[in-house]
Amino acid sequence: MRADIIELRPEGLYCTAGDFYIDPWQPVPMAIITHAHSDHARRGCEKYLSNTLAKNVLYKRLGNITLQTIDYGEIIRHRGVRVSLYPAGHILGSAQVKIEYRGETWVVSGDYKVENDNIHQSFEPIQCDTFITESTFGLPIYRWQPQSVIQAQINNWWKDNASQNRTSILFCYALGKAQRLLSLLDCSIGPIVAHGAIEPINQIYRETGVALPQTYMVTQITDKVALEKALVLAPPSASRTTWLKRFGHFSDAFASGWMQIRGRRRIKSIDRGFVLSDHADWAGLLSAIRETNADRIIVTHGYSEIFARYLNEQGFDAQTFSTKFGENHENDDSPLDHSIET
Amino acid sequence: MRAFVELYMQLDSTTSILAKERALRIYFSTASPADSAWATYFLAGGNPKRLVKTSILRKLVNLSTTLPSWLFEESYESVGDLAETIALLLPLTPMGTTDSLHEWMKNSLLPLRVIPSEHQAEYLLSLLQKLDSTGKFVCLKIITGSFRVGVSRLTVIKALADLAEIDEKIVAQRIVGLVGINHIPTANDFLTLIQPIDATNNINQTGLPFPFFLAHTIPYDVSEMPEQLGLSQDWITEWKWDGIRAQIVKRGGEIWIWSRGEELITERFPEIANMREHLPDGAVLDGELVVWSNDKPQSFAMLQQRIGRLKLTSKLLKEVPVIFIAYDILEWQGLDLRQETLLKRKDLLNGFINANPIPGLKISPILFADSWQKLSEYRGESRQRGVEGLILKHKFSQYGIGRTKEVGIWWKWKIDPFTIDAVLIYAQRGHGRRASLYTDFTFALWDKPKSEPDRKLLPFAKAYSGLTDAELREADQLIRKSTLERFGPVTTLEPTQVFEIGFEGIARSKRHKSGISVRFPRILRWRKDKSIYEANTLMDLQSFLPH
Repeated sequence: MRADIIELRPEGLYCTAGDFYIDPWQPVPMAIITHAHSDHARRGCEKYLSNTLAKNVLYKRLGNITLQTIDYGEIIRHRGVRVSLYPAGHILGSAQVKIEYRGETWVVSGDYKVENDNIHQSFEPIQCDTFITESTFGLPIYRWQPQSVIQAQINNWWKDNASQNRTSILFCYALGKAQRLLSLLDCSIGPIVAHGAIEPINQIYRETGVALPQTYMVTQITDKVALEKALVLAPPSASRTTWLKRFGHFSDAFASGWMQIRGRRRIKSIDRGFVLSDHADWAGLLSAIRETNADRIIVTHGYSEIFARYLNEQGFDAQTFSTKFGENHENDDSPLDHSIET
Repeated sequence: MRAFVELYMQLDSTTSILAKERALRIYFSTASPADSAWATYFLAGGNPKRLVKTSILRKLVNLSTTLPSWLFEESYESVGDLAETIALLLPLTPMGTTDSLHEWMKNSLLPLRVIPSEHQAEYLLSLLQKLDSTGKFVCLKIITGSFRVGVSRLTVIKALADLAEIDEKIVAQRIVGLVGINHIPTANDFLTLIQPIDATNNINQTGLPFPFFLAHTIPYDVSEMPEQLGLSQDWITEWKWDGIRAQIVKRGGEIWIWSRGEELITERFPEIANMREHLPDGAVLDGELVVWSNDKPQSFAMLQQRIGRLKLTSKLLKEVPVIFIAYDILEWQGLDLRQETLLKRKDLLNGFINANPIPGLKISPILFADSWQKLSEYRGESRQRGVEGLILKHKFSQYGIGRTKEVGIWWKWKIDPFTIDAVLIYAQRGHGRRASLYTDFTFALWDKPKSEPDRKLLPFAKAYSGLTDAELREADQLIRKSTLERFGPVTTLEPTQVFEIGFEGIARSKRHKSGISVRFPRILRWRKDKSIYEANTLMDLQSFLPH
C-alpha cells in the first residue's frame, strides 16, 4: 500500500512528498493557505503560497510575509508534486488545494460553499481519489434557502425599520460575509454604514475588482434622520459596546448559518437571525463530495465524527482528522463563538 | 393558523416590549373571538396535555426522511428542542391550510387524542405537510405541550385590558381559569375575558383565585435596612414557610385550592378541603400548605410525597398531615380586599379565625421586633425552626399582581444556603438557548475521609445555574478537553474541578446513591483554588442533616 499523500502532523496537514503544509496551526517552513480567515491563515511561517485574489487580505491579516501567489487552475511543480488551486466559493481568494503525485489526486477543500453568491468565484468540484472536506454544518438540520430568499428577508427588515425611523444593525463577519451582504442590499432604502473593522476589507475587495455599493463611516453621516434610515454592518464583537450607543433606537440582527437554530439567536438577545452562511449546508456537503467522485473522504472540522459515520454508512471510506480549524476565531463560523457573545 | 404563525414570528423576531405589545394589539383587534381565545390560552402560558407520545414524533421523521435514527438523535442533541429538530428535518412545504387557529385546533390537532396510536404518525404528517417551516415548528410545540414565546402573561393581560378598556387586575383574574390544563378555550371564554365590568360580574362567581402576589429577594444588608426600609416596626414580618403557596377559595358552598402555578390541587389535600364546612362563602385566603407534625413544620421533601403519589392512602394522610398557614385574606363576604392595607386585612383574618378556630388552619404569626437587628436574630433561628427565613411586608401595602411594585412590595429575606465543595464528574448539554453548551452538571463528594486510601467519588447533586456566561464557556471548553466517555447525552469527565455548591434543604433519601437529597442545589462559586482532594466528604454533608 502506498503512503498517504497528506498526513496529519502536530503542526497541521502535511504533504510528505512535497514537504509543505496546508493551513498549518504552527509555524512551518512552507504553508499553502486556502483562505485568509484566522483559523486557516496564521503567522510565523517562512514561506506562504495562496491564490492571487487572496494576496491583499493576507498581507492585511498577516503583515509582511513572504508570499507567492498563483491563479486558479495554474499548476506549479514542487519536488515532483503538482499543486494547483481551485475556487472554493467561501471568501475572496478562497481555494481548494489539488495535489497530484504519482498518478494519485488529493484535494483539500478548506472552507467552501456550493451556492454561487455572485461576488466570489463559484465552487468548482474537482475529480480526485481522496477529498479532505470541512463539515462545519454537517448535520441535516442545516438546510439553506436560496440567497435571493434571504436577500428579500434582509431588505424587508431594513425597509420596515427605516419606515419606523429605527437604525438597522446587522452583525456579520468582517471578511467575506460583510461584502456578500453589501452586494445584496437595496441601496434605495437608505445609506449603508460600515464599522471600522469592516471598511478596510471592503476597500481590498474593491481594489480587487469586486463592485460594492457605497459605504460610509458612521462619522460621515451627521444628519440624524439619515442615520435612522441607515443599515449598519458591524462585526459581532461590536455588539454591546459603546460604539452602538450613538444609534439610539435600533433593531439588530445577525447573519450566519448558526441562526438556523432558534436557541443560538436567543442566547445573543438579538431581534433577528438571517440564515446566511459561507459554508455548505448538509445537502451541499453531500453533493460536493459526490461530484469529486472520490472514494475516500477525510473530514476535518465541524461535526466531523457524525458526518464521517454517515458517509461510511453511505458506502464511502471516511475518516476524520482532528484539526484546529474552526476553533476560537472571531472571524470564522465556529459554534463556540456563536453560542456566547464576549 | 396563518395569522397565528405570523403573530408568533413577530413576537419571536423582536426583543422590544413595545413592538410585542403592538403585534398583540393588531392580532387581537382582527382575530375572531374563538381564535383569540386559543391565542390567549397559548400566549398566557396554557399548554394542552401532550397530544401524542414522543415516540410518535420520532416515527414521523422515519416516515418522511431517510435519515438513520442515530443521526436524528445527534441533530436533536445539537438543537436542544424536539419540536424544532423535527421542523428542521421534515421536507419543506408551503403554507397550504386556510384553517384559522381555532379551526386548526378543533379539526386537526385535538382529534389526535382519539386517533389510535398506530395511525397518529401518518395523520400528523399529513397535517404538517399543510404548514410552512415556522408553522410546523409552532404546531409541533403545541403538540408537545411546550409552546412558549417571549411574552409574559402580564404583557398579554395588558394588551387585552387596553383593548377592552377594563382594569388589568380584572383581566388577570379572569385569565386564570382560561389557561387551565384541561380547559378547551372557547369564543365565549374570550368574550367573558374582555367583557365590560358591571355589578354582576366584578367579583368572580366561580372558583377562580386571584393572581398571586410574589415576593422579591431583599437586596440590602441588615446595616442598610434602616435607610432603605425605614423603621422595622412599619413592616409586618413573618416566617417564610417552606411549603406550597396556595389560595383557598370558598364560594357558593364549594371550595377550591389553587397552587401558585395556578393548578387546582383541591383533591390532593382532602383535610384542607374539609374546611368547606367551616369557611363562609365569599372568602379567599392566601397562605402556605405545610406538613406539620410534632408541633413544627416538616421538610418540603415530605410534602412532595403528597404531591407525587398517585393515590392518597389513609396511611399517607396520617403520616404526612398537611395544614394551611394563612397569612392573608383577599376576599371576605364576597368583597375584593386587595386594595385594603395589609394591616386591615390582617385584622380581619385574625378576628375571624380567633373567633372561629378551624382544624388544620393556622395563622402565620407576626414577629414583633423593635429593630432590624432583632429581626436578623429571628432570621438566625430559621434553620432550627424549619423555615426558609423571613418575609417582610409593609403594613400599609396593598395586594399586587405577580411581582409588581406599585402598590407595595413583599421582601423575602432568606437564610444563607448550606454550602459544600464538590467535584464535577458528569456534564450534559443544556436545552433551548443553551443547547450548544455543557450547562447541566453532576457533582460528587468523597465517600471516605482524606486519610483513607481507596476512597471514591459519589454523585450527590445535579446543578444547572450559577455560573456567568464567561465561566460557562470556560467550563464548556474544559469539559471538551477532559471527556473520558460519552453515554447518550451524558459526558463522563476526568475529575479535575471543584465547585462550591449551595442548597436550601437536606433530607435522607432512599432514591439517591448518596442516601441524601438536597433542595435547590446550585453552583455558588468555581473553586479554582482547590484540588479535588480538598473537596468535601459525604460525612460532611451528613452533618447538615437535622438531628
